[in-house]
Amino acid sequence: MATQHARSAARLMLAPAVILLLGWMLVPLTMTLVFSFKKYLPLRGGDLGWVGFENYVRFVTSSAFWPSIWATLIIVGGVLVITIAFGIALALLLDQPMWGQGIVRILVIAPFFVMPTVSALVWKNMFMDPVNGLFAHLWQFFGAEPIQWLSQASLPSIIMIVSWQWLPFATLILLTAIQSLDSEQIEAAEMDGAPWTSRFIYIILPHLSRAVTIVLLIQTIFLLGIFAEIFVTTQGSFGTRTLTYLIYQRVLESQNVGLGSAGGIYAVILANIIAIFLMRIVGKNLDA
Amino acid sequence: MARAVTTQRKALNTLAAWTVGLLIFFPILWTILTSFKTEATAIADPPVFLFFDWTTENYSAVMQRSDYAEFLWNSIVIAGGSTILGLIVAIPAAWSMAFVPSRRTKDILLWMLSTKMLPAVGVLYPIYLMFIKLGLLDTKIGLTLVLMLINLPIIVWMLYTYFREIPGEILEAARMDGASLRDEILYVLTPMAVPGIASTLLLNFILAWNEAFWTLNLTAAKAAPLTAFIASYSSPEGLFYAKLSAASTMAIAPILIMGWFSQKQLVRGLTFGAVK
Repeated sequence: MATQHARSAARLMLAPAVILLLGWMLVPLTMTLVFSFKKYLPLRGGDLGWVGFENYVRFVTSSAFWPSIWATLIIVGGVLVITIAFGIALALLLDQPMWGQGIVRILVIAPFFVMPTVSALVWKNMFMDPVNGLFAHLWQFFGAEPIQWLSQASLPSIIMIVSWQWLPFATLILLTAIQSLDSEQIEAAEMDGAPWTSRFIYIILPHLSRAVTIVLLIQTIFLLGIFAEIFVTTQGSFGTRTLTYLIYQRVLESQNVGLGSAGGIYAVILANIIAIFLMRIVGKNLDA
Repeated sequence: MARAVTTQRKALNTLAAWTVGLLIFFPILWTILTSFKTEATAIADPPVFLFFDWTTENYSAVMQRSDYAEFLWNSIVIAGGSTILGLIVAIPAAWSMAFVPSRRTKDILLWMLSTKMLPAVGVLYPIYLMFIKLGLLDTKIGLTLVLMLINLPIIVWMLYTYFREIPGEILEAARMDGASLRDEILYVLTPMAVPGIASTLLLNFILAWNEAFWTLNLTAAKAAPLTAFIASYSSPEGLFYAKLSAASTMAIAPILIMGWFSQKQLVRGLTFGAVK
């Protein structure tokens, strides 16, 4: 349909976006790749030459590596389980007829719009503070000893903060998916005497599987990169140093750019593995 | 799946949903309430919920900090600037892919999406280094550019999904009626595209406003937006609950309001059209 003229005009319109993103992706990534093969200490001598794969080996054999992988897995996994389980429950609840549905929706979605530094600080000081936090008051009220949340239960605390931020996202997407479910199907099952549990397992859950997969993949990509929540609460101490935070510390705090860059390449590879699955789903949807 | 239910069932649903909703909203509510307390009331034991002497002194205290207005202004410039720049680049791109698709359109779209998945920390040092070399560290323009680039894939995608919904037949009809390409774009396509562009603008403004990796790592004093300002309260000597709450409330209030308007677009924008 499109004429040759229209096609070349279209290519011209597309060019700036493609060139910008290509530059944004290739230039820094190439630099990271180059640094990762060098001994590069900006504050202690600068570029000290090529070292082959030494940084890659040192990064994974350092004592901080496996704990950081654990912290990452526990945080990402914990948040995923909480947000998806509660997200499904909440989406089912919000889908029911009730009074003030619009307002409840607004209340539930709100945490997603709070900037990460604010939510981390509010939780850290006003809820998790062992002296003045609301949790401490609550624990005292029941005669229990207040918990030093961010030091004694550091990983659960971070998981709680991040889950609070991401639960609205999961809920909203799952709710959108539930609302597209054919109500006649449910009604038919109901009339045939299918109990609530089998309606959920055989009709609702399969219908939600695609949305759950998408929530899983998108959240994983964002959660692998969480930074501000750790930066303003524990600064990576008490076992909360994730892979992202470890790389940040290597690069900017200890200024060991070679080592940090090797870590960065690991992070890129990890993110790409997840991205491939996400893109497959999104790509399928483009054809439809 | 709206179905007829008994009033009793509806009341039960309402009770359950409101309880959960208020519980989830509570940290925000508590922040807002605390922002109207004195510092002494804010840490009272036991905590007071509603019955205290309401005061706005924290707001005036935060505003009087000579630099608050500056942080706010930085946030507005960086979030607004990056969104508008992004739209300028993305509108033609999305437009051409939606209306003049080629064999490679799908690949280009997916490739753009893949750039969004690049972990920021993987390119932190190169960007940091380039910023030093180019004198962009701690400048609004530098941060605006970075935020524009990280949100560009989302902007292109959102616009693409909106533009694709505009039926091509309308264009043909206009052409039959003798409309030139210019008329076509100005009078037919633009009015139909405005709602989509507006939603994209809103969501990306929110994302840029809340961005907290690059804003924390690439700014110091001059170009720091509200995300960095709030983070500065994490040091023990800056610990004043009521003032922290007032500053937080001011930082999130405009975005909360915008967010409520954009909840539908949120799904579309962040799932790249995979969930509708």
